[in-house]
Amino acid sequence: MIIAVASGKGGTGKTTVAVNMALVAGSVRFLDCDVEEPNAHLFLKPAFQGEIPVSVPVPVVDTKKCTGCGKCAEVCVYHALAVIPSPDKKPQVLVFPHLCHACGACSLLCPEGAIREEQRSIGVIEEGVCGKVYFVHGKMNVGEVLSPTIIRRVKERIDPDALTIIDAPPGTSCPVVAAIKGVDFCVLVTEPTPFGLHDLTLAVDVVRQMKIPFGVVINRAGLGNDAAEDYCRTERIPVLVKIPFDREIAVRYSSGETLADKSLVMAKIFSKLYQNICQVKNEADRRS
Amino acid sequence: MKVCVTALGPKEDSEVDPRFGRCRFFVFFNLHTREVEGVANPNIESSGGAGIQSAQLVASKGAAIVLTGHVGPNAFKTLSAAGVSIFTGATSTVKEAVAAYEAGKLTRAIAPDSASKSGMGR
Repeated sequence: MIIAVASGKGGTGKTTVAVNMALVAGSVRFLDCDVEEPNAHLFLKPAFQGEIPVSVPVPVVDTKKCTGCGKCAEVCVYHALAVIPSPDKKPQVLVFPHLCHACGACSLLCPEGAIREEQRSIGVIEEGVCGKVYFVHGKMNVGEVLSPTIIRRVKERIDPDALTIIDAPPGTSCPVVAAIKGVDFCVLVTEPTPFGLHDLTLAVDVVRQMKIPFGVVINRAGLGNDAAEDYCRTERIPVLVKIPFDREIAVRYSSGETLADKSLVMAKIFSKLYQNICQVKNEADRRS
Repeated sequence: MKVCVTALGPKEDSEVDPRFGRCRFFVFFNLHTREVEGVANPNIESSGGAGIQSAQLVASKGAAIVLTGHVGPNAFKTLSAAGVSIFTGATSTVKEAVAAYEAGKLTRAIAPDSASKSGMGR
């Protein structure tokens, strides 16, 4: 089974939930897909075995073959190419690598065959072991934007026969969709605040549209109001577990410590979470 | 010689729009004939590459000079390649920006002075 942990709002406790569930679930694959700011390794502390580069093809124009027809700029929906006319010499082709989404249209459609592709590094993948957890994460270079490409590469490490836990990025846009696409279950972590609830409703829209069975974890329960729980009740969304608003948790988190292996109460909460996920997933399977 | 001023409207008395790539209008001003032509910017809602697209539009209209508030890196690169000079710090109306340019009061940009995407959502 592949379980993704997402949230909508950032800082609700995705990594706390994902990491501690991994600790109680036994032998798991853990994929940190928040490639813009991976942090699960700070808690699980895997021993990494080197890094694997992730690169994307970008166009390189052969100025000798190029006639300046402008086809490449015309077909590029991301405006990564510009063809600049010149009164006295041949038009000049400008390439903006950071805007390129590596679709390959320009090199495919250039009538002169003047565009070849060169690999440009955008990040790395690191993997390693920590106890019973096989850990993988992606790290995108600062200033890059193609996180879905790195996320898909991290997800190549999914073992269909093992339990895989994916720590998804925050938000509800392309990186989140890339991270949770194809998973069996999605945990949405929220907090009982107006902001937490607002972004939860956006995340719910995403998982519903993607037809992924899901449930909610209310973190920092006791803080704020009951609006998130009321929303779940009205929308018939299962609340999988509630994690109390507790100073001790914050203290442990801030020093990079895990919870489920240090406290029996916490171990119980995360075991219960995993059990409830299996139960909700089974019910969803039966209905479909 | 044709000057292009980024503006909030299509006319000579329209206010200068400080953004380049996502300005509302490009007002082309012919310094010899004093003719004015306003063109709506089709790149305002572009998700990316607005500066590049706008720079190509301005160059294709035959402008040799751009007067604007700020210019980003991609627009700067494209305009420079097209041989268009950029003068930043333009304020007030199109007419006054042209007058300031003619009086030598605007400075020629030798590098971009704003970040990518900074004209978005305004």
